Amino acid sequence: MAAPLSAPKTGASQQAEQVAEGAGALQVPWQTIVWNDPVNLMSYVTYVFQKLFGYDRDKATRLMLDVHHKGRATVSSGSRDKVEGDVAKLHAAGLWATMQRS
Amino acid sequence: MNGWRRTGRGAKLRLVGVFDQQEAVLLRGLIGQVRTMLAERVSDVPADELAELTGIRSGHTRPPEDPVLARLLPDFHRDDTELAAMLRAAREPELLDAKTEAADVVLDTCPPEGGRAELTVAQADAWLSALNDVRLALGTTLGVTEDMPEETPDDETLAAHLSVYHWLTFVQDALVQTRATAL
Repeated sequence: MAAPLSAPKTGASQQAEQVAEGAGALQVPWQTIVWNDPVNLMSYVTYVFQKLFGYDRDKATRLMLDVHHKGRATVSSGSRDKVEGDVAKLHAAGLWATMQRS
Repeated sequence: MNGWRRTGRGAKLRLVGVFDQQEAVLLRGLIGQVRTMLAERVSDVPADELAELTGIRSGHTRPPEDPVLARLLPDFHRDDTELAAMLRAAREPELLDAKTEAADVVLDTCPPEGGRAELTVAQADAWLSALNDVRLALGTTLGVTEDMPEETPDDETLAAHLSVYHWLTFVQDALVQTRATAL
């Protein structure tokens, strides 16, 4: 991702949320993956996660940084229909997203 | 263009940016080019008699060969080509519509001779998507990478294209910052 501005800080409740998500991921069949991309701006990707998924700024920033540093992040999960819809919305926003089985 | 500012509150909130004539012509030209590429993709959809009978639209099953269009219209699945083809056929028509509508919002709200673009929040979101599509198109064509050097290349044409790309980055990033405070 591109960063015209300095990278924002990560959230404080990060660890607790990761544990909670890890437990939830075992029960859901499909995941939405966002892949790193050299064009999309860090600020824009964070904004898209907030707007499309209703995540707070901390969570959206943490997911954006995962995409940036690890090359990918799971940004939502659920039924195939739900995840298919999430991927479609991310494509409309110009993010590089795919779906896969958990 | 030196950034965006907010005026008004609630339903009357507007995001205002001022473009000089050259900037407006440049931006509208680029948006128009992407719009044309999207329209060509729509018109190339293979005829489907069943779709014509049922009225249910069906799009391409294969990703575009052109790398720019391929970036604008990604696959839904990385490995499962059958699922990717099925979802592309089902979803690509609405994705093309969404991108075309976003481009149209920019063309409707950016004055052709330059001047003030006054956007509602919904229009600002359309601008963000359309600006992103133009940056993706230009970035793909220029082979932009994450660790792209800051210095200007010797090739003058490439340098000019890159400066347009960086300008678009500025316009989009400034609009994200102004828009995000209204979330």
